[in-house]
Amino acid sequence: MIPPMVPQPTRRRFLAGAATAAATGIASPQFLLLTTRPAAATPDSMRQAIKNVVGEARLQKGRVKLDIPALVESGNVVSLAVSVESPMTASDHVKAIHVFNERNPQPNVVGMRLGPRAGRATVSTRIRLADSQTVTAIAELSDGSFWSDSMQVIVTLPACLETL
Amino acid sequence: MARALVNVPANAKRGDIIEIKTLIQHEMESGFRVDNMGKVFPRDIITDFVCKYNGEEIFRAELFPAIAANPFFTFFTRATESGTIIFEWSGDNGFSATESRDITVE
Repeated sequence: MIPPMVPQPTRRRFLAGAATAAATGIASPQFLLLTTRPAAATPDSMRQAIKNVVGEARLQKGRVKLDIPALVESGNVVSLAVSVESPMTASDHVKAIHVFNERNPQPNVVGMRLGPRAGRATVSTRIRLADSQTVTAIAELSDGSFWSDSMQVIVTLPACLETL
Repeated sequence: MARALVNVPANAKRGDIIEIKTLIQHEMESGFRVDNMGKVFPRDIITDFVCKYNGEEIFRAELFPAIAANPFFTFFTRATESGTIIFEWSGDNGFSATESRDITVE
């Protein structure tokens, strides 16, 4: 194979160019855009957000089923359903369902409160995902226990960060 | 006034578990998007949604910017008595919308 004569735009060249621009103070609009992006929620901030809800209680796996597509084309609208195994009686019911994510600008997605008269602990909504990441649903039961389920989602077109 | 779509069965048997679906027209501007000058679009979202069945709260949601535009929720409740189900949305910049549906329970 003949090596190309003209320099090809590679990731390495782009990064070198960006570094030069930063060093010399010449910021292209594109580079500015990269620097003004908000910091994404990291797994750490998700842990913190979960701790704010769960507190010192033990978070257990199971009983919750998070239904979300494993591969989504557009992160702008991702359908999500959470159902919890519960008899939904006055003495044993789901009090709240929380959804968290790792890599959106904020770790919280939605918090929902329900009660024994819901009859069935199933809710659904539509969310945004800024990147391929893990989504976690947590159910708070009336006996004070917390149960969770997580799903890995691959996003081809991320939400939130597009410009107009 | 934002357009809201609400789906509640008009009739139900006493004790039936019914599904309620709600959809409301709203941009849900996340506050994280920037225009091509790097200026951030200010946040403008619905932050709270409450559903009440004859005055009793049956479902409440706290919304964050990660909820997609035109927030959609489905949930269940037990049909206990005939009456009115009220849906209330509120959010940034004084946003407020209300919708109601009557249900007959035999």
